[in-house]
Amino acid sequence: MSKRTVEVELATPGLGARGQPARVPLGVAADQTVEEPEAGAEHLLMNLGPQHPATHGVLRLVVELDGETVVRVIPHVGYLHSGFEKLGEYRHYNQIIPLTDRTDYLSPMANNVGVAMAAERLMGIEITPRCTVLRVIACEMSRIISHMVWLGTTSIDLGAFTPFLWAFQERERIYNLQEMWTGARLTTSLTRVGGLMADIPDGFVEALRHFTSTFPNTLHEIDRVLTRNAVWAGRTQGVGVLTADEAINYSLSGPMLRASGVPYDVRKDKPYLEYETYDFDVPVGEHGDVYDRYLVRLEECHQSNRILEQALDRLPEGPINVDDPRVILPPKSRAMNDMEAMIYHFKQVMEGVKAPVGEAYVGIENPKGELGNYFVSDGTAKPVRWRIRPPAFINLASISKMAEGHLLSDLIAINASVDIVMGEVDR
Amino acid sequence: MTFFLIASLIKILAVFTVIMVGVALLTLAERRICAWMQDRLGPNRVGPQGLLQPAADGLKNIFKEETYPAQADKTLFVLAPAVSFIPALLTFAVIPFAAPLPTPWGQVSMVVADLPVGFLYILAISSLGVYGIVLAGWSSNNKYALLGGLRASAQMISYEIAMGMSTVAVLLLAGNVTLSQIIARQQDSLWFVLPLGLAFFIFIVAAFAETNRLPFDLPEAEGELIAGYHTEYSAMKFSMFYIAEYSNMVTASALMVTLFFGGWDIPFTNWDTTGPAEVLKTLATLAVFGFKTICFLFLYIWVRWTLPRFRYDQLMALGWKVMLPLALVYLTILATAIWILHTRLGWAYEARFAWALAGLNAGLAVVLFWFLDRGRLVSGSVETGSA
Repeated sequence: MSKRTVEVELATPGLGARGQPARVPLGVAADQTVEEPEAGAEHLLMNLGPQHPATHGVLRLVVELDGETVVRVIPHVGYLHSGFEKLGEYRHYNQIIPLTDRTDYLSPMANNVGVAMAAERLMGIEITPRCTVLRVIACEMSRIISHMVWLGTTSIDLGAFTPFLWAFQERERIYNLQEMWTGARLTTSLTRVGGLMADIPDGFVEALRHFTSTFPNTLHEIDRVLTRNAVWAGRTQGVGVLTADEAINYSLSGPMLRASGVPYDVRKDKPYLEYETYDFDVPVGEHGDVYDRYLVRLEECHQSNRILEQALDRLPEGPINVDDPRVILPPKSRAMNDMEAMIYHFKQVMEGVKAPVGEAYVGIENPKGELGNYFVSDGTAKPVRWRIRPPAFINLASISKMAEGHLLSDLIAINASVDIVMGEVDR
Repeated sequence: MTFFLIASLIKILAVFTVIMVGVALLTLAERRICAWMQDRLGPNRVGPQGLLQPAADGLKNIFKEETYPAQADKTLFVLAPAVSFIPALLTFAVIPFAAPLPTPWGQVSMVVADLPVGFLYILAISSLGVYGIVLAGWSSNNKYALLGGLRASAQMISYEIAMGMSTVAVLLLAGNVTLSQIIARQQDSLWFVLPLGLAFFIFIVAAFAETNRLPFDLPEAEGELIAGYHTEYSAMKFSMFYIAEYSNMVTASALMVTLFFGGWDIPFTNWDTTGPAEVLKTLATLAVFGFKTICFLFLYIWVRWTLPRFRYDQLMALGWKVMLPLALVYLTILATAIWILHTRLGWAYEARFAWALAGLNAGLAVVLFWFLDRGRLVSGSVETGSA
């Protein structure tokens, strides 16, 4: 057995002595002009992840520690890179939708909605009223499960195991609803360009109503266990603080941004899916610390529940798909018996839905922040470029700033508070 | 002499067996209780109600591969689990667990060794356990393990002081460090939990920290340090740490029962302490002692599955800035009160004395928990004005 040594350069992009861009090796103070506070003290380089219980997937953090104090954090991403955006360039618009199940896999339905809306804007399609309400339901169900996973995993990272299972029970109930609706629990592929893959089945409305009426109980339980818990508050208050300016400069979005006191919510500020007609509040934090992010997400669950109830009340009858045979597949029975329908079926399957030359960007309020989908079309049925604005990736960029000077345990709390999903970060 | 040797041997074997089986059942109890708290079923497949699960786990751990990290210090790496395991078992030796048992050859006291320095022995032996953890952390040649080991040493040393201070109060009242004498004192009057309520509070917090259980399980902190000091351990060596942790819990619970809850004393009756020794009395007191210990073990499990974990600096701040001054101030007040009651008023230690101290403790508790409001004791690592 021979011993091999692998030389790995642990360095990070920074500025050299004359201010030019250079690679700064880890273990060296970031700014060379600043004196080392404790001369002779050794810094410890620690590698958190890609396999680590608290990195929520395959995030790798190289941490420079002084004792237990974090001097520098360098996040390394890309371990789950799947090339979704490139794959999308070889897919019809409807074929792109299954890819979005796998980006932010904690809220697949909301991703489906986002990409379908971008394609529809590109093609200038107006969806039906029923479809609009059903998509709102899909988005808010996703928000609830995503926040439940966040709540559970964060409480595990901070040592409280029990709220995790309470939260996951609720997620399980939504998964059952998703299974009812789409036949899949996680890879929902709910939307189609111009509509949905299926209408909600019988009994779905009642099942969802049962959920919305009982779900707040769990929220209250979690609230009782954590919100005024001295240990929880001590671990999260004043940890990973970002001011409103910093949050905007880091281009944060979603609960991360709102916890810092910026009341920006795409649903309110650039309404889509008729969100302006729903009655809901946007919780905003004060201190921008981990605790406020927790409070904001907890309250967002309540608000999502409110939106779900309103959506169920107003759910109109009618078709879920637009009446356009170039966009929507005809029913199988017609395709088999009607020549015209069969031609449309054939053309759609073989050629796909063509989009006019142009580009379209749609940002929606995903559980983790503003999820953008950008399509560039050259007039064919496949996009020339598909780009996702991944909220988790952009939020993650602020971790180095937040964690500096905190303890190692705080780094875990901060990392959890960002609410990352590596499927989306690495795409 | 021969009888003493034989009786001691039997007692050692019995205590060892009971603790080992108890620890095994405790791991099962923990999993079942946490499952109950979390709306799950927990392990219930192996044997009736999963009762054979610990045996299955034990077998699995025996047959698993022993792995050694490439650069580990092998001697210390192997030694560490034993160093942490042995003190965990040794401490139980001085804890009396029942009323004396009459036998045809004489009366047998139900304690392995009724040492005159009983309590000091416990303090001495239980602090040895930290060596195992530190050595494990260091010898693994793993940064996570090292951090875990460092945290463990700092934590256990800090809380040992608060723990020792809180027991000084017990010694003031009992006037003796022999545990059987401490129990006898409580049987005469009140259980010490009433006249020494705050000492019990300090002791139980320190006991949680000493046993590395949540909210003080920083040496293991699975969210941060993977598994802390035993990250690199596998198979039976890992099991040894596991058993050590649980036997420490059993010992700490038994100790709390002994020091503050009257040991094997049956409450509201003098039947167990007066009159000649009977087998029935031994069995009844044993059952009572077991029940009290199980209550504390349940508390351990309950707290573990409820609370989040402290941060390292909060833990140290709590130990040095809150627990230690609190214990010192409390000790001063208590000593003064005892001096006034005993020397100035000339009261002997009896129920009246104990109730007076209980009143004092209730007053102090109100002051403590009213003014040392929650949230002021633990705070973030970076000051943020009015958080």
